[in-house]
Amino acid sequence: MDLQDGEAEVIRAEVDGVLQRHGLERENLIPILQDVQSRLGYLPKEAMQQISEALKIPEVDVYSVGTFYNQFRLNPPGKHQIKVCMGTACHMMGGHIILESFERRLEIKEGETTPDREFSLERVACVGCCALAPVVVVDEKVEAKVSPIRVDGILLAFEIESKKSGEIEKPVEEEGRMQ
Amino acid sequence: MSATGTIIQAYESLKKAAVIKVEALKQKPLVLVGTATCGRAAGALNVLQTFRDEISCRSLDVEVKEVGCIGHCYAEPVVIIAKPGFPALCYGSVDEGMAGRLVTDFLINDDPCYEFAMAALEPNDQFPTFADFPRGVYEKKIILADCGLIDPEDIDHYIAHDGYAALAKALSMDPAEVLEEIKNSKLRGRGGAGFPTGLKWEACRNASGDQKYVICNADEGDPGAFMDRAILESNPHQVLEGLIIAAYTVGAEQGYIYVRAEYPLAVTRIRTALEQARERHLLGESILGSNFNFDIKIFQGSGAFVCGEETALIASIEGFAGVPNHRPPYPAHAGLHSKPTVINNVKTLSYVPHIIRNGSDWFKSIGTPDSPGTAVFALAGKVVSTGLAEVPMGTTLRTLVYDVGNGIKEDKPFKAVQIGGPSGGCLPESALDLPIDFDSLQQAGAMMGSGGLVVLDEDDCMVEIARFFLDFTQKESCGKCTFCRLGTKQMLDILTEITEGRGKPEDIDLLWELAEDIKAGSLCGLGKTAPNPVLTTIRYFRHEYEAHIQEGRCPALMCKELISYAIIPEKCSKLCNVCIGSCPVEAIYTRDDMLKAIYLDKCVKCNSCMVACPPQYKAVVKVSPPIVERGGSQDEQLSNHNN
Repeated sequence: MDLQDGEAEVIRAEVDGVLQRHGLERENLIPILQDVQSRLGYLPKEAMQQISEALKIPEVDVYSVGTFYNQFRLNPPGKHQIKVCMGTACHMMGGHIILESFERRLEIKEGETTPDREFSLERVACVGCCALAPVVVVDEKVEAKVSPIRVDGILLAFEIESKKSGEIEKPVEEEGRMQ
Repeated sequence: MSATGTIIQAYESLKKAAVIKVEALKQKPLVLVGTATCGRAAGALNVLQTFRDEISCRSLDVEVKEVGCIGHCYAEPVVIIAKPGFPALCYGSVDEGMAGRLVTDFLINDDPCYEFAMAALEPNDQFPTFADFPRGVYEKKIILADCGLIDPEDIDHYIAHDGYAALAKALSMDPAEVLEEIKNSKLRGRGGAGFPTGLKWEACRNASGDQKYVICNADEGDPGAFMDRAILESNPHQVLEGLIIAAYTVGAEQGYIYVRAEYPLAVTRIRTALEQARERHLLGESILGSNFNFDIKIFQGSGAFVCGEETALIASIEGFAGVPNHRPPYPAHAGLHSKPTVINNVKTLSYVPHIIRNGSDWFKSIGTPDSPGTAVFALAGKVVSTGLAEVPMGTTLRTLVYDVGNGIKEDKPFKAVQIGGPSGGCLPESALDLPIDFDSLQQAGAMMGSGGLVVLDEDDCMVEIARFFLDFTQKESCGKCTFCRLGTKQMLDILTEITEGRGKPEDIDLLWELAEDIKAGSLCGLGKTAPNPVLTTIRYFRHEYEAHIQEGRCPALMCKELISYAIIPEKCSKLCNVCIGSCPVEAIYTRDDMLKAIYLDKCVKCNSCMVACPPQYKAVVKVSPPIVERGGSQDEQLSNHNN
C-alpha cells in the first residue's frame, strides 16, 4: 500500500520511540510489533524493515511473525473497528448471520475496510462472553445479544454521531437500545 | 529468630492490616458490581455509574466496588449489596432503573427489594441462599469461591480471605515437601490433557541447570471457553500465588504469564495484581523475608490458537512464530531458552494454594479417585443458566445440564453437548449419565479440553457444528505437519459440500479415513484432536449426515443452503406488518389479499422475520429441503412443496 505524504516520517518516529522502550533482543520482537500496531493501527512494511535492522534479524523473520499471528494486520484499519465473535456459542446463536448483516450493510467482506476508511470488519475467535452470544466488539465496546436489527442500530448510531459532529449541535433522537 | 518464624511473622502482619481494612468496609453499606468482561457486555459499567451518581448526589456513606464474575452469566449484570443488619443479597439482571430503586429503597430506606433479589450469600431467616437452589447443591466451589466477591484490584481483599497463607506455609517448608504434597494430591493439569502436575514439577525440579522458568498458560483459545478469563479478571492473586509456589518448588527465579491479547481487562488486572504483590514483598527479592527471589512478567499472545500448546507457547515467548516442536525433550527438561520450564494452566495453578493450605487429603476427598478435585465448566449455548460452574469430578452431564444449568431453553429436547472445544466432541443423550472425568470423556471420544461446554438442542445441526470446528482448526493449523495442514482443508471442503447440499454418499467414509490419518500424522495436540468433532458427530449422529447427502435436507433447519423461509397464509394476519419492518433486505411483500409473502430470491435467510412474527401467529416457518426457485415469490410454491 502506498503511503500518504508525511506518513513515512510518522512511522519512522513512532517506531524509533517504540524501539527505545524495549530491549533489542529477539525475545522482544512480538511486544515491539504489538506496540507499533497499537500506535499506528497496523504494521507498515517500512516499520517491519526498521525493526529488522534494529534487532539485527532478517526482514523475512519479522514478516513471518507478523503474518503468523492473527492479531497483526498489514493494512490500515478503519476508523471504527467491528469484530464479530465467531466462537462456538456465538456461531450457534447466529454469529454468522450477524457477520453477514455487517457485510451487507457495509458492502465489504470480513477482513476488509470500507473505501472511506470509516469501518473495518473482522472476525475474532472468541472474546469469552459466550453466555451473552452473539457478541460483537465495536471499538473495544462489547455488544451483547446482537440481532440483525441491532446491527443497523449500531451503524445508525455512528451515522448520527458523524452528522452531529459535522453540523451545529441539535438534539437527535437516538434509536433505543435493543433488548 | 528462625527463618520460618520471620516468614510467618511477615505474613501475619500483612494479614492483620488487610483484615482491619476489610472489616472497616463491613461497617457501612457496600455495593459490589460485577464488571468482568461478561458483565460489561451486559451493561455493568452503566449500572456502576448509576450507583456512583445516585450515591454521590445524595451524599450517602456507601462504598461502591468493582468485582469480578460470580459465574451466573445469564443474570449479568450482577450486583451484591451488603448492608449492616441485612443478609448480603445478590441481584441479577440489574439495569439503571433497578439500580436507582435499590439506592432509594434499600440503601436509604430499609426495603431490600426482595422482588429483584436472586439469593442471599450466607444463611439467614429472610431469604434463600445460593445453596438452597439445585445449582448450589451440586456445585462445589474451590477456585471460583472468591470470584465475584472480592475486589480483584485490591490485594488486601485476597489476603483477608486467607490469600497468600499457602505461600507463607510453603516458604516455611522444604521445596521437596511442597512437591510431595502436590504429588500426593494427584492434581491433574486442567489445560485439557490431565497430566499429573506433581510429576511435571518433579521432572523440572530434578532437571540439571541453575536457571529455570515457570509459565502460567492463560492462552485460552478454545472458542466457547471463558473460565481462565473469569478467574484472571476476578481473582488474579490466586493464580499468582500458585505460580510463586510452583517457582519455589522447582527452583525458578523468573516466571511468565502468557495471556491472550483478546483479554485486555485480564491483562490490566494482572498488571495491577503484580504491582501490589511487589509492594508487599510477595514478589521480587527475598519474598516474605525468606531467601527466595522470584518475579513475573506478562507476555501477551497475539491470537494464535496453537500457542496453547506448550512448545509453541515457548517459541512465541522467544519471539518466533508459534510452531510446535518435537517432544521429547519435554519443556520440563529443555523449555524456554532450552532451560527446564514448567507450564501450567490458570486453573491448575489456582488449585495449588488451596491444596497447600488444606492438605492433599482434603483435595483427594473431592471428586473421583483418579481425577480428584473439581472441574470448572463454561456453560453456554442452549442452556437456561449459562455461566461458570464448578462441580466435583464425577458429576454426570445430566446433573450439569439439568440441575446446574436448569435445563434447555424453551424446554426443547436435548440433542447433544459439545465438550472440550475444537479438540473435544459432541456427546448425545445416551452419554448424559456419563460421570465427567478425564478418562471417561476420552473413552467416549471427547475430551475434557479446557472445559467449554456448549449445549445443543434440536435446532442445531451436527454436520454444521463439525464444519464449524474444522473451519476453526484448519485456519489455526500452523502448517508444520502436512496431514494437519492439508488434511483438515480436505475435510473442511467435504463438510462444506455436505452442508451446501452437494455431498456424495462416499463422503462419510472418506471423512473417517482422513480423520484417522490426520490423528496419526500430526505432531501436536491440535492436529491429533482436530478430527474429534467430526468423528464423534459421525459416530453418534450419522443419520444427520445421511439426510444432508441423500435427501438434501437439514433436519435441524440450520444449513442455509438447504432451507427456505416461508409464511403460512393460514396463520398470517392481515392486520400485522411486523415482518415487513423486520426484514433488512425488503424481501417480504403484501399480497393482494393483504397477507404477507417472501420473495425467495431476495431473502438472505437472516431469521429476523421469524423472530419478529408475534407468538400468537407464528406464521413464519423454515422448510427443508428448500423450496425450488420458480419465479419470484413463495406463494403457490409453498403449497406445491407441502403436497
